[in-house]
Amino acid sequence: MRCALLPIQIDRLWLKARHKPLLRDISVTIKGDGITVIMGPNGAGKSLFIRCLHGLSQPDSGAINFAGTPLNSDIRQRQALMFQKPILLKRTVQQNLAFVQSLRADILMADIERVLEQVGLRHLAKQPVKQLSGGEQQRLALARALLLRPEMLFLDEACANLDPASVGQIESVLLEASNRGQKIILITHDIAQAKRLADDIVFLHHGQLWEHSPADRFFTRPASEQAQAYLDGQILI
Amino acid sequence: MSIFQEALSTAFLLILQRDADLMEIIGLSMQVSLTALFIACVLGLPLGALMGSREFRFKQSLRGIFNALMGVPPVVVGLIVYLNLSRSGLFGALELLYTPTAMIIAQVILILPIIAALSSQILEDLHEEYRDLFSSLVVPPHKALLAYIIDARYSLLTIILAGFGRAISEVGAVMIVGGNIDHLTRVMTTAIALETSKGELALALALGIILLLLALLVNFAAQQFKSFQTVQRYGGGR
Repeated sequence: MRCALLPIQIDRLWLKARHKPLLRDISVTIKGDGITVIMGPNGAGKSLFIRCLHGLSQPDSGAINFAGTPLNSDIRQRQALMFQKPILLKRTVQQNLAFVQSLRADILMADIERVLEQVGLRHLAKQPVKQLSGGEQQRLALARALLLRPEMLFLDEACANLDPASVGQIESVLLEASNRGQKIILITHDIAQAKRLADDIVFLHHGQLWEHSPADRFFTRPASEQAQAYLDGQILI
Repeated sequence: MSIFQEALSTAFLLILQRDADLMEIIGLSMQVSLTALFIACVLGLPLGALMGSREFRFKQSLRGIFNALMGVPPVVVGLIVYLNLSRSGLFGALELLYTPTAMIIAQVILILPIIAALSSQILEDLHEEYRDLFSSLVVPPHKALLAYIIDARYSLLTIILAGFGRAISEVGAVMIVGGNIDHLTRVMTTAIALETSKGELALALALGIILLLLALLVNFAAQQFKSFQTVQRYGGGR
């Protein structure tokens, strides 16, 4: 099943803060299903880029269309975003998910049970989130995102600082979601993870788009010097 | 017998005998302070939530005013309320001066800024923390507001207790607008001031001890409520 929000057409996207451009004239079309990975050094504008795609930040100019429709409230409700540092309500695991249930009439109690099972948190349902480890908190954030049944899921370095077991669990859930037809757009600095997951790569540097290529080509024959330097572990200035 | 021992024994005696005058004073103290607290919460918490979670014109000025009013001397509040409620004042026709209602009005003015300013700060911090999540989930404003209040409930309870503490311990304003009239507007703090001025230090200290016990009791009850809620919600812990 193909994601109904595709293609994403981004045309001449600019975003400035205090006259300093943070995103510069980005134009790209993301057509394919599967997992798109956004890469680039720190300060490249990756987080800002997906915040714009999800409507959390407003670009100064440019257009973002999902299947030909400009980003609107309806489209935003068909998306979900997992933040780098999970934002969780100061409640129990189950109450965090019940809050999402209270927002959407079509979410049932059985759905909460299902996503808790999916991310391996069912045994912690009654625990307050402050008692969860970093990995468990991130898995809860993923469960919350999955509960929304988004057609498009953004992840902003969601696996940063997690142990390999937690990363593995999150990756398998993402692959399942992708196989079900959900579009995944993921930011990561972990090249190995990008190689494991990515179908295509968007490479940003200094707020500019340098490359959008299929993953296998990006990792073997990157088109830009900047991408090659990034993959070689060189410091990009 | 030292004055403290005498005060302690007087206090226990008064409590054990359920002295009618004392019970009346305690009753009126609680009635006035709790009513003032309730009104201040009804007005102050939504105001705090508004200042904490919304952007509007003059928001910073309003917050500055409330912050400044937190430190206003009670006698000044008492004087202002007195001037307005006195016969020649703006609300003189209501004949509220030297009544418990006048004391409630003065206490509301004293504790409203505490409730509004401190709750606005707490709710603003929570709003900052949740803003991106609520925007991402497209949470309607009323549900967001409810979530802030639920998640900040213990901090808000502490603020409410601070407001109660200010109200129950206040003497200057209630003395001016209430007049410390026996069987009508005499509360614990004004009774303590009166007994001290009469040289009845043991009785004044006894009243002080009772006032302290009352304040501790209310705080203890709030703490118990918090613990009970935690156990109800989270069970015995991990």
